[in-house]
Amino acid sequence: MRRTIGPREVVVLHGARVLDPSQRLALPEGGVAIRDGRVLAIGTRAQLEAALAGLDELETAPRWVSLPARYVLTPGFVDLHAHLREPGYEAKETIQTGARAAARGGFTTICCMPNTQPVLDSAATLALVAERARSAAARVLPIAAISKGESGKELSEMAELAQAGAVAFSDDGRPVASSRLMRLALAYAEPLGLPVVEHCQDEDLVGGGVMNEGPISTMLGLPGWPAAGEDVMLARDLALVRLTGAKYHAAHLSTAGAVALIRQAKAEGLPVTAEVTPHHLLLTDAWVAGERTGPLADALRELGLPVPPGDRYDTNTKVNPPLRTARDCQALIEGVEDGTIDAIATDHAPHTWVDKACEYGEAAFGISGLETALAGLLALVHTERLSLPALIAALTIRPARAWNLPMGSLAPGAQADLTIFDPREDWTVDPAGFASLGKNTPLAGVTLRGRVRETWLGGQSVYRADGDRDGESASADTDLSE
Amino acid sequence: MRAITREREPVTEPIAPRAAIRRHLLDLDDWTPDELSTLLESAEEMCRVRLRREKLSVLSGQVLVNLFYENSTRTRVSFELAGRALGADITNVTASASSVAKGESLIDTGRTLQALGASVFVIRSGQSGAPDLLARHIGGHVLNAGDGWHAHPSQALLDLFTLTRHLGSVAGRRIVILGDILHSRVARSNIWALTAMGAEVVLCAPPTLLPPEAIALYTARLVPGTGACRHVTIETNVSRALAGADAVMALRLQKERQQAGLLPSLREYTRTYGLTVARMALARPGALVLHPGPMNEGVEIEPAVASGAQSVIEEQVENGVAVRMAALAMLAGAEAVA
Repeated sequence: MRRTIGPREVVVLHGARVLDPSQRLALPEGGVAIRDGRVLAIGTRAQLEAALAGLDELETAPRWVSLPARYVLTPGFVDLHAHLREPGYEAKETIQTGARAAARGGFTTICCMPNTQPVLDSAATLALVAERARSAAARVLPIAAISKGESGKELSEMAELAQAGAVAFSDDGRPVASSRLMRLALAYAEPLGLPVVEHCQDEDLVGGGVMNEGPISTMLGLPGWPAAGEDVMLARDLALVRLTGAKYHAAHLSTAGAVALIRQAKAEGLPVTAEVTPHHLLLTDAWVAGERTGPLADALRELGLPVPPGDRYDTNTKVNPPLRTARDCQALIEGVEDGTIDAIATDHAPHTWVDKACEYGEAAFGISGLETALAGLLALVHTERLSLPALIAALTIRPARAWNLPMGSLAPGAQADLTIFDPREDWTVDPAGFASLGKNTPLAGVTLRGRVRETWLGGQSVYRADGDRDGESASADTDLSE
Repeated sequence: MRAITREREPVTEPIAPRAAIRRHLLDLDDWTPDELSTLLESAEEMCRVRLRREKLSVLSGQVLVNLFYENSTRTRVSFELAGRALGADITNVTASASSVAKGESLIDTGRTLQALGASVFVIRSGQSGAPDLLARHIGGHVLNAGDGWHAHPSQALLDLFTLTRHLGSVAGRRIVILGDILHSRVARSNIWALTAMGAEVVLCAPPTLLPPEAIALYTARLVPGTGACRHVTIETNVSRALAGADAVMALRLQKERQQAGLLPSLREYTRTYGLTVARMALARPGALVLHPGPMNEGVEIEPAVASGAQSVIEEQVENGVAVRMAALAMLAGAEAVA
């Protein structure tokens, strides 16, 4: 069914706007030539032709695929934070469905969190993930647990886990409460060269909180948790980074205070990186009350797109850390723009209907985020809240560099992982159409502007918009320009 | 002018009062002063009906289910009496006696009860937002009989009714809500109703029992219908709070709050915030004393205050039936009329 690209065959995707922040490349019209799963050349038509002419051993004529000029071609997106639920919670998501969701969202690399059942804290479980990820629609890189069973008691066998392919360590979802264990984790991981990733949250301060503490939590009578719960933990961790000199990555920042702490730590030269999710950039705690405030709602209104009101206590807004205030969103956006925040990561957290079809306090935390990330974020670009190069960098080369991953770039010789999107296409989010088993999105029914059209992984098309041609390669013979 | 009016398309006046458009009673944050006044008038009428020991048939043929996930005596009985007085069939479901104990979800329970013929759901739950959830998934009418820390609208309506009867109107009156406001759904609903009717509400509690950013919340939310500002202030000093008060509403202090570390001791709470005869002397002469019950006499309120001449605590309970009749008739009665 899928038309694959043969060995030594050269395919040239051409005609779109090309953006590759890793090479500071921005072409109004250009393309990329691919052979054997890698990038052969990138540039303008003339540059591509010149590069191809220099090849003497072409077996077949290069296949030129023309793309509409309004499309944007970028390196495939790199997500440092996703929950794929397998093994253990396959009703929520599997590695295969999660990877398909990634491909639909333009992500070609996803790092999966270890809070599975069993926890990813052994070489055997990492091997299982690698096995299940074979032939998946995205590269799946495992993050291993900091502590055995994510219990916060004893360190996992980090050296073996590193050897077995772990790209980072995290007890995500279960913040490392013990300062001593965190110190030991950082110290032990330091020579391994892998970052320790913290879910910054002081559990004692956060208590039974289910949403951001503020006027909205007061209105809804829901236990809130203060922004300080994140800031306190991050400040502690930064002190421990200072002590150990180890690589540290702060997951899903949600507060203005956390952005300031990271900015200060970077200025000090600490080996610190950070990420933010699309929902923390875009949505506010008012969404819990069904009210549409914050950057996304404002941007969509400016674009003339309808923003239907939501339900009070929509459990799809329940996420950890919680949606904060417009002020926090603004600080986070500035953090992405100025590079304080390295990466935009989805924290894709799929759940079943049953996990969410209950009272707010009882519902599971998490948003299914892979398939709406780009479109949501583009609203910020369309309304000049965020620049397109900063957005693409935060989805590609910056996360890759943060964790030393050989991705996020279309430099010649790189893996041909790429994303092609139409920044102007309007579509209405319908979770029923998600590839992810997790239909839990607060954006259901919201119309967004911008859509992934094609995703390529290692030189092969793994996703193409429009269901009827899904899975087919982008060869589209009638599209051949010459 | 008249001729012009006649030439226009005839405007169809709704048969039911404006408030009958409302299907559920979830909270009072979006109630207009007009709606509240309409309900108070209807409650007066219901009082007269009760005095005449009359039964109405507004809800005849409808099945009202009391779905209670938390213990309650007065609210449940009050809704039951109100429903009966309007001719409804009543059934009571309590969490411990139903399949709720077997883990059946609220949505399933609601749908099951609906399949059994229930059309009016009175729900109490420890979970904020449970009535909203039920309202989204079933037909019929949902009345919130208290959910988590969120809302207890029928209580606030009966409080407003009681206050209005004594004060004429609450507009411009200083009403102090004293005690554990952080965990109080009664306080939250009362603030919406009282401020909508123009009262000046003073929240008085130790800082650890105040809801976060309350002032920011109420200043940002104008009264629907009129666009008036809501007047809410916070006063952690009980003497200053009570000075010049027209009414004081004391709230129940649960012992768990002390165990959770929000208070050093109940003793200190009583010493600092207990509603005593001496403190009541700071309020306006004849100021009213309210309590939503159940009371911890000797903790948040001195027995002499609770049963004193200024106390309207029993009246609150009594008025509850008429007010709930009015609420039920307003929501569910429209269909019967139509």
